[in-house]
Amino acid sequence: MKRGATTFAIALTLVFGSQAAWSQSQTLKAVKDRGELQCGANGQLAGFGMPDPQGNWTGFDVDYCRAIAAAIFNDPTKVKFVPLTAANRFTALQSGEVDILARNTTWTMSRDTTLGIDFAAVTYYDGQGFMVRKALKVSSALELNDASVCVQQGTTTELNLADYFRANHMSLKSVTFATADEAVKAYDAGRCDAYTTDSSGLYGERVLLSDPTANLVLPEIISKEPLSLAVRQGDDTWEDIARWTHQALLDAEELGVSKANIGDQLNSANPEIRRLLGVEGQFGESLGLTSDWAVRIIKAAGNYGEVFERNVGQGSPLKIARGLNALWTKGGLQYGLPVR
Amino acid sequence: MSEHAHWRGARRIGDIAVQAALVAVVGGMAYAAVVNAAQNLAHANIATGFGFWNNTAGFDISQTLIPYSSSTSSFGRAFWVGLLNTLLVSGAGIVLATVLGFTIGIARLSSNWLVAHLAGGYVELIRNVPLLLQLLFWYNAVLKSLPELRSSLALPGGALLNNRGLFIPRAEFAAGFEFVVAATLAGIVAGVVLWLWAKRRRQRTGARSRMRWWIVALVVGLPLLAFVLAGFPLALNVPHVGRFNVTGGVEILPEFAALLLALSAYTAAFIAEVLRAGLLAVPRGQVEAAQALGLRGATILRRIVVPQAMRVIVPPLTSQYLNLIKNSSLAVAIGYPDLVQVFAGSVLNITGQAVEVIAITMAVYLVISLFTSLLMNFYAHATAFAER
Repeated sequence: MKRGATTFAIALTLVFGSQAAWSQSQTLKAVKDRGELQCGANGQLAGFGMPDPQGNWTGFDVDYCRAIAAAIFNDPTKVKFVPLTAANRFTALQSGEVDILARNTTWTMSRDTTLGIDFAAVTYYDGQGFMVRKALKVSSALELNDASVCVQQGTTTELNLADYFRANHMSLKSVTFATADEAVKAYDAGRCDAYTTDSSGLYGERVLLSDPTANLVLPEIISKEPLSLAVRQGDDTWEDIARWTHQALLDAEELGVSKANIGDQLNSANPEIRRLLGVEGQFGESLGLTSDWAVRIIKAAGNYGEVFERNVGQGSPLKIARGLNALWTKGGLQYGLPVR
Repeated sequence: MSEHAHWRGARRIGDIAVQAALVAVVGGMAYAAVVNAAQNLAHANIATGFGFWNNTAGFDISQTLIPYSSSTSSFGRAFWVGLLNTLLVSGAGIVLATVLGFTIGIARLSSNWLVAHLAGGYVELIRNVPLLLQLLFWYNAVLKSLPELRSSLALPGGALLNNRGLFIPRAEFAAGFEFVVAATLAGIVAGVVLWLWAKRRRQRTGARSRMRWWIVALVVGLPLLAFVLAGFPLALNVPHVGRFNVTGGVEILPEFAALLLALSAYTAAFIAEVLRAGLLAVPRGQVEAAQALGLRGATILRRIVVPQAMRVIVPPLTSQYLNLIKNSSLAVAIGYPDLVQVFAGSVLNITGQAVEVIAITMAVYLVISLFTSLLMNFYAHATAFAER
């Protein structure tokens, strides 16, 4: 509701806006003219999108926006991060306030078909879990009959929670809040017994609690949450740019290209690496970018593994294992599409 | 003469023509705006229409005054749940704010220096701090000061108080309770009849009779007698602490309490000033005349000053009530499931249809506010000065 006025002003511009505002093939042109990418981010989720105490944005989703900005401008700092709540993230994207939504958003059918947006790529395969206080001596989510659960409103989390409790014949007392921040604070204060959100979010929020070691993440994963980049419908080239940025990160990890060795890899004889890095072929130009589009991306962010480890993996306080997000060759689901 | 009338008629037609043209222009703009919005939404492939009303909601609401289930209830049902929650907190808030506001307003006019200045200090402090901050203060103060579930405070009567809420025993009515209800009604009717009869007798003959205790005996004693005779047809569902939560009893959420307290305290400060203005607007001569007749402080206030002051008080009081109703939408900040939180929050985000949902919410608040001001205007009319 803090952004309620902005949201309604945006709805008003929908009403009085001209037809031209909706021919979306101009997104890349608009971004170039503006000189910066407007990226819808979370602002409150450690590991995914949060400004640090100095005001610099860091996180998994943040790195994606920086990668796209690097591909367009050769400068990963040319991004403006717009913090969005779960309530206004889609309206912000629909109305043009942001060019791309990198805000741990789950790809679902209703969102894909009814909101006028498209999902470009699944960047993180996640699932919903629960966090409880160790003092309650609960070891499984199935023991949570009659428990109070703090949850953020307007998310797939809220719906999955109700479904799970109903499917397992447990009664639920849900306490909903407008932002995840308020929900976690209420959980920390003892207002509810458990907190539920995507598993990656649980690890991120646990770090920020008053006593992280007193909280336990339960083993059950009760839903599929493929976190994806979202763009407006109607601009296929822009969607391709978002999709192939993700593929470039995956292909780089598969081929062994990293931030450290990118200089040497430019001289590689491997035809796949040559095509990826733009030494051969016109792939960058087909997107409206330059031929070294992937080089810029890798120089800015590294490959997918580096992005993962730096933000949510072993190089971060969250220490999440690769799990489903490992490469397909290592038993995970991340599969880079061929650049050719 | 006819020329004068002819000119006046022509001017009247001109006025009507101008007004008709204005209505047409405004109506045309509104129509164009709606059509433009519909076209833009369709062009962007965003779903439109009110079909979402009957779709399954799928989410849970923490306080529901009517039966609601996350698996079978529709978005429309969630709307009614949110609306009832808003009306509940607004209604209770209006009552509480009025009582508190009137007390503080009268206290500020007291001749006792300490009382007057305490009331004044309260008004100045509360009026000048934003309501959202006060609400967050009450919520955190209410939550943090209440004990955890394991160390719930046991209140007299079997109630439990902890940071999940106040749990009071729920009355469950057994078979014979209809007699008690009937006896209560009979007692009230008899009491009213007796009171009117005693009043008429006093007005006609001046005789004061000790009817008060008989009336109390009728209104209270009759139902009590029926209750005993019917065999105590009342079971109490007493709350007790379970593994995770309190089971049994009726739950009063801390979010509800915090919102109610914040709204009431805030609006009471404004109502106190409105009341004080009304009381000061009554001419000094009225008070002096009453004193000359030998009436004393409380009677003067009750019989002379307040009835005249009410005529000045009612219009600004209506504004304060409307403010309270609209301010209840701040429930979003603390998680109380009112109309904005449930409908313009959860439903809007799940369906993605911002334009329809916000339009409906605005229309509902408009209807509630218009209805409230209508009621207050009836009251104002009923107590208006009889102009000669």
